Amino acid sequence: MHIICCVKQVPDTAQVKIDPETNTLIRAGVESICNPYDVVAVEAAVRLAEKYGGKVTVISMGPPQAESALRECLSLGAHEVILLTDRAFAGADTLSTSATLSLAIAKVAQTEPVDVVLFGKQAIDGDTAQTGPGTATRLGFNQFTYVSEIIGVDLEKKTIRVRREVEGGSEIIEGRLPVLLTAELELAAPRYASLPELVRSLTQEVKAWTAADLGGQPEMFGLKGSPTMVKQIFTPPKRGGGLVFDSTENKEQAISSFFDTFFGKETELLNELFSNGQG
Amino acid sequence: MKAAFDVAIVGAGPAGISAACILADAGVKTIVFERGEYPGAKNLSGAVLYGYDLARILPDFAERKCPIERNIIESRIWYLSRDSGFSVGYRDAALGTERKHNAFTVLRAKFDRWYAEQAQKKGALVVPATVVVDLLRDSRGAVTGVATGRAEGEVRARITLLADGVNSPLAVRTGFRLEPKPEQVALAVKELIDLPAAVIEQRFGVSGIDGVTAEIMGGVTGGMDGVAALYTNRNSLSLSVGANLADFAATKIKPYELIEEFKQHPMVAPLISGGKSLEYIAHWLAEGGYDAIPRLCGDGYLIAGDSAMLFNALHREGNNLAMASGRMAAETIIEALGRDDCSRKALSRYGERLAESYVLKDMKKYRRFGRFMHHHKELFNEMPRAASFAAREMLTVNGVGKKQKQKLIMQNFRGEKMSIFRLARLLWQGWRAVK
Repeated sequence: MHIICCVKQVPDTAQVKIDPETNTLIRAGVESICNPYDVVAVEAAVRLAEKYGGKVTVISMGPPQAESALRECLSLGAHEVILLTDRAFAGADTLSTSATLSLAIAKVAQTEPVDVVLFGKQAIDGDTAQTGPGTATRLGFNQFTYVSEIIGVDLEKKTIRVRREVEGGSEIIEGRLPVLLTAELELAAPRYASLPELVRSLTQEVKAWTAADLGGQPEMFGLKGSPTMVKQIFTPPKRGGGLVFDSTENKEQAISSFFDTFFGKETELLNELFSNGQG
Repeated sequence: MKAAFDVAIVGAGPAGISAACILADAGVKTIVFERGEYPGAKNLSGAVLYGYDLARILPDFAERKCPIERNIIESRIWYLSRDSGFSVGYRDAALGTERKHNAFTVLRAKFDRWYAEQAQKKGALVVPATVVVDLLRDSRGAVTGVATGRAEGEVRARITLLADGVNSPLAVRTGFRLEPKPEQVALAVKELIDLPAAVIEQRFGVSGIDGVTAEIMGGVTGGMDGVAALYTNRNSLSLSVGANLADFAATKIKPYELIEEFKQHPMVAPLISGGKSLEYIAHWLAEGGYDAIPRLCGDGYLIAGDSAMLFNALHREGNNLAMASGRMAAETIIEALGRDDCSRKALSRYGERLAESYVLKDMKKYRRFGRFMHHHKELFNEMPRAASFAAREMLTVNGVGKKQKQKLIMQNFRGEKMSIFRLARLLWQGWRAVK
């Protein structure tokens, strides 16, 4: 069984602060980490490989320093890691990223066919949860998002059964391989690497692929392939406090002014509803 | 773990990494364990480094993009009372030109990480986030490697170098070093104050990458045996204050209160004004001096840096002693491996090397200094008060004759119980402690 994980290096958002004047992220001095959902995905992939036999390949797209995120994946037990790094990839949105990743996955699959692709459900810096599904669509794979448990794989029938989180509960669903899953945090708690694995993660080669290695049209990569524009990033305005009716001095007055305000608002709302209904 | 190494080093601080660089250069198969998330994550000092010892390990450290904050061209010494103070300084343009990099400030989180990367580039394996919990021994008690807290975490090595710092539970567990007594360590707290480079340059009268240090003593340590320091970094100031741990215990002074008070001192407040506190950190300093140094080696192991209590409290030198001792440990290890003899006898050349070098010579010279400071609390109480009174009186023009002022000053000295005899004794013992 061959499992591919896609991971992203992100700033540790627990440390990121927002500049109150410019409303931009202050990234200076903030450590980069492997996206926590992706770490869970890698752990789940390694467990699958341990259970059913097979190999885990981890792919990341990012600048050269994203190598450290891939090394973390090696320490968790990934067998091979590939860094997609090229100036041409810079400025990619989720559309372009999923195009680039699916090219890389297809390239890996040429030599070793892929059964399962695992993503974190979203990255903690962008929170879009689009790259996984986008990649599945491009690859023509079944996709199960928000997976909280992998119940089992039937290698003969080539099916997988998972539990996925849906609004108000969860559902158990089965589908044909190859499949793309996106991981919830509860899918698998990442292990504390053994010393030999940690040492291997520090010494093993990290393959680097450029745009030329992937083939594809230059206009699908990076900024060129990204129709999304970030127009503005801002913190929502602070909410004002609620109304306070101080009853420490004069109870009757506080209560009556509460009712006045409350019913005043209520009437306004009702009037609005009615006028809308009529209109 | 199956793989075996020639040398296992515990701790990726200045001592451990210096040794790793020398060993890797000589082609010795070396593994370094660091308990922090990355080298430097848990390391702390003032932090001034000296180019000499670093250059003996990495002659091209500047070309290797060593993360230097500011090159020190001026050293100030302040003797402060609680709300006033004396200042002397020495500035020398040569320290910015032909003697550049004699001393420079660093941020340890950045520097140690960079330093460990240099060792890695040379071929040493640096393993972060891994705690060495015990040493492996053979039937004769010789050290044969380390046991880490990870699964399959035992690593065999022909020689182990302990460079795990002043607060070394490992040294205590193995009995290779006694747990330091409270009076043998100082507790230092440090704040990093964020300020724009232009503001720092204007306040300290420097430009470019030039910087200033101020070593501070007197009434800023709550009467305890201690010192403070103020160093310039590129975009921040390092503010530290520390005192003997036994004194902290006796006075019940809280370290954070000490540094808060220090920040409000009229000599300090204008320099840090408008700055935002970026971090607050605390650490021990190995101030036990020459007499606290443990046996420096045994069968299969050596001890370097703060773990070996190598620290010059008077000159505030610790990092360079760690680097020098790490280097000498590595040189000894290379010889021992070459002769295939890792016994205590073969490794004892390390102690001889240290004794021949400035490391132990300086520590021996100042062996009485720690006790002198600890037993002369008037240096932190009566003396700064009386000296400030004298300066204030002499500088105040108020129609009182100078002879009368001298009388007042002498009266004040007597009021502080600083008799001529006591002053003479202080000077004599101080001289003996540093001569």
